[in-house]
Amino acid sequence: MSGPVLQVRDLVAGYEPGVPIVRGASIRVERGEIVVVLGPNGAGKSSFIKAIAGLVPVSGGQVLLEGQDITAVPAHRMVGMGLAFVPQTENIFPLMSVEDNLRTAGDILEPKEAARRIARMYDTFPDLKAFRRTGAGNLSGGQRQMLAVARALIVEPKLLVLDEPSAGLSPKFVAMVFSMLSDIRKAGLTILLVEQNARAALAIGDRAYVLVEGKDAHEGVASDLWSDPVVAELYLGQRPQPPKGGAA
Amino acid sequence: MNLQFVVDGLLTGSMIGLGAIGVTLTYSILRFANFAHGDFMAWGTYATLAVVGAIGAMVGKVAPIGALSFGWPLIVALIVGCVLTGLMALALDAVLFSRLRSRGQSIIVVMASFGASMALRSLLEFIFTSRPAYFSRAIQIAMPVGFGIRVTPDQIALLVLTAVLVAATHLMMTRTRTGRSMQAVSQNPALARVVGIDVARVVRATWLLGGALACVAGVMVGILVQIRPLMGFDMLLPMFAAAILGGIGSVPGAVLGGLIIGLAEAAAVQFVGAEWRAAVSFVILMAVLLVRPIGLFGVKER
Repeated sequence: MSGPVLQVRDLVAGYEPGVPIVRGASIRVERGEIVVVLGPNGAGKSSFIKAIAGLVPVSGGQVLLEGQDITAVPAHRMVGMGLAFVPQTENIFPLMSVEDNLRTAGDILEPKEAARRIARMYDTFPDLKAFRRTGAGNLSGGQRQMLAVARALIVEPKLLVLDEPSAGLSPKFVAMVFSMLSDIRKAGLTILLVEQNARAALAIGDRAYVLVEGKDAHEGVASDLWSDPVVAELYLGQRPQPPKGGAA
Repeated sequence: MNLQFVVDGLLTGSMIGLGAIGVTLTYSILRFANFAHGDFMAWGTYATLAVVGAIGAMVGKVAPIGALSFGWPLIVALIVGCVLTGLMALALDAVLFSRLRSRGQSIIVVMASFGASMALRSLLEFIFTSRPAYFSRAIQIAMPVGFGIRVTPDQIALLVLTAVLVAATHLMMTRTRTGRSMQAVSQNPALARVVGIDVARVVRATWLLGGALACVAGVMVGILVQIRPLMGFDMLLPMFAAAILGGIGSVPGAVLGGLIIGLAEAAAVQFVGAEWRAAVSFVILMAVLLVRPIGLFGVKER
């Protein structure tokens, strides 16, 4: 299918009626891309991505997934339509085993197909296989993120949407998570992520948007955006330094 | 020492435990203490009694099954009663709880359930009066089973029924898609939606299951003791104590909690005095909250 995987047009969204946090943001994600949404604290990045995933009420604009309007679709139906979302925190069921966490996602599939895909996830993430019977609450931060991503991938989504996958992780786990995302993209998946860790995200991203006060203020190729002094200083909050190839 | 209190305690504990399953599921999935749950028990029992009466009016007197005090009409009526109680719980949720839940203040929902409890109980008294009713007035001969313990056929049948229902509920919670979804919603409703779980469907399943088990618990009380509009309200504190003792959200925990409270009540009657019976569940509830607030099977999230 031609055309962008995701197209968001003039999205307006917020938790309270009449109090929009996202104020007319537009982005486009092409097939096979990693697109990064950056911005200062309070820019509405998380609300923006949650509105796309159906978790924040939308009061204006349009979200199209492969041309299909998914603006008013309830969050629980997004997965079936091909959009898998990984929240920033509390993105696993801590009192369930690793396997049951994966099964919750596989429950929208035929049981045999779900079992096949869970087995494939264990091949992709051998760490998870080793802990399959372990309570997910006992996993490390990096392993939890791995489990959350694996669970999202089980449905073989058209688009993987992640909200700050590096949040709360040590530098070692941040590198692991971004390396994992890079590998997933190489397998052909399209990824949209919101991230505070601009250096790491831009190092693996193709294009990026900078969100300011709930609206897309800048768009560009990830590496160019990093070296844009205005963007770097105003919105990323740091002096530009070229990324050192690969995950940070 | 007379060990008869063990059987009495297990039976009381079974009734409390079955009722407590609904309490613990409502508490963990819908996040409020449903004070109307005891009245689901009473309504389920009266619904079953009404269906037994209707079957009797249609087919005449039916012989009991073997040595039991009841025949097939009670079994059919119990199934109908379970469905009706589940539907009543769903209806109450639709007209009252879901509207208040959406406003996000659980204390308002708790107070509403208290009001619903009183309304349901008063309505029951209005329709059926407060005079006790019985499924059967037949007197059963208790059989000696050793150690000075005597058990009636009804008691054995109901203990077996409890074991089967608890095992089935536990398997449903741990091995089926619906059970996994219920666990997921109880742990994190927002994440459950993200992974594709229809939370509204899970809420409906919770009411149906909780209502049906409340009906079974009520019918057990009706068969072994008597049927009164206050029968469910009287069980409310023991049911909550059992749910908290077992650990909120845990089906086996609720049943084990029920059995512990049932046995403790029966032991109190035998060794301390019948007037202390009602205090036992309160004392156990306080002790658990002070010593291990997460209960026996509760898990502290890391």
